[in-house]
Amino acid sequence: MIYLELFLTFFKIGLFTFGGGYAMLPLIEEEITANGWMALEQLVNFIAVSESTPGPFAINIATYVGSQVAPIGVFGSACATLGVVMPSFIIILIVAKIYDKFKNSKTVKGVMTGLKPAVVGLIANAIISIAISVFFPVSLVSLSVFKTLQFYVSLAIFGVCTLLAFKKVHPIIIILLSAVVGIATGYLL
Amino acid sequence: MLKIKDKIKKALQLFVVFFKIGAFTFGGGYAMIPLIQHEIAENKKWVTEDDILEIIAISESTPGPIAINSATFVGYRVCGFWGSFFATLGVVLPSFLIILAISAVLSEFGDLKPVKYAFNGIRAGVLALLFKALWTMYKKCPKGAVSYIVMAFSFLLTAILDIPVLYVLIGCAVFGLVTSIIVDRRNKT
Repeated sequence: MIYLELFLTFFKIGLFTFGGGYAMLPLIEEEITANGWMALEQLVNFIAVSESTPGPFAINIATYVGSQVAPIGVFGSACATLGVVMPSFIIILIVAKIYDKFKNSKTVKGVMTGLKPAVVGLIANAIISIAISVFFPVSLVSLSVFKTLQFYVSLAIFGVCTLLAFKKVHPIIIILLSAVVGIATGYLL
Repeated sequence: MLKIKDKIKKALQLFVVFFKIGAFTFGGGYAMIPLIQHEIAENKKWVTEDDILEIIAISESTPGPIAINSATFVGYRVCGFWGSFFATLGVVLPSFLIILAISAVLSEFGDLKPVKYAFNGIRAGVLALLFKALWTMYKKCPKGAVSYIVMAFSFLLTAILDIPVLYVLIGCAVFGLVTSIIVDRRNKT
């Protein structure tokens, strides 16, 4: 049953996401491709949408995947979102009760010294998969991609946007800019 | 104990405040902290500035998105379980509704030529944003041998051996715990 599957998958994702922002990207990527829920390209498209709308990525992506995958979109979204929220909710309720013990716990600190760098390594890997999907779309056969202009356009956008991102330009401006370049080159080439 | 009437009033206030926070934070997670600080600590005086720092620390060492963690935690501090419930509901609802609407729009217009072209460009831009996010996370990671080893291993295990993300996370957590216990013992003797 898809609704239960959505709930359980996002429960798992919520339970194993440490740190904010894109810490959940590796698990999301793994789950949606393993379940065949959507193509990597669609996920990357949605990251742009999530960056340009309010609210945390976790909720946004859960709601979106749920609505895309389930026959009744709203229920799918509700199940996925409930799933991703539930672990945090329960764990924080417990932590709030035993706060002092938790704060000084050496076990928690020890576990975190392993988890923090692990997330960095995992995200690096997820980003490489995404980079491959950006520069080498499925419709193009491996090496011939270097002959297409699309490849060089993507490369140029990536280069410029990376520079802008490190100059702390707002993500929405970066997304708008790359959209405009995408539309312009799409019609011109 | 608070009277029931006060409790209901506080819970509703929590809902409204966190709804506002959820509706006006772009990029989620850390972007939310200044707003929480302003609304919860300065305006409502529900928690102190020090509490905010604690909330961030807790969010970082518990699973799940920071938005959910902090809503649940603040809600609990203010009025127990129902405080948590309404604060969390409030912070989730705006994203949920907005993404549901966008999801419908995307399915409707996603196949149009200009939209496709736009996303061709956007994917390259998103890659840049992810790259920047990875860099930020790397910078925030504790430095040292354990960190670098875990980073390299988590990357290689998923990239080359294709080991599921979940196992890598659990393995790294155990590794972090064990090394921190060893370091602790050494410091004592």
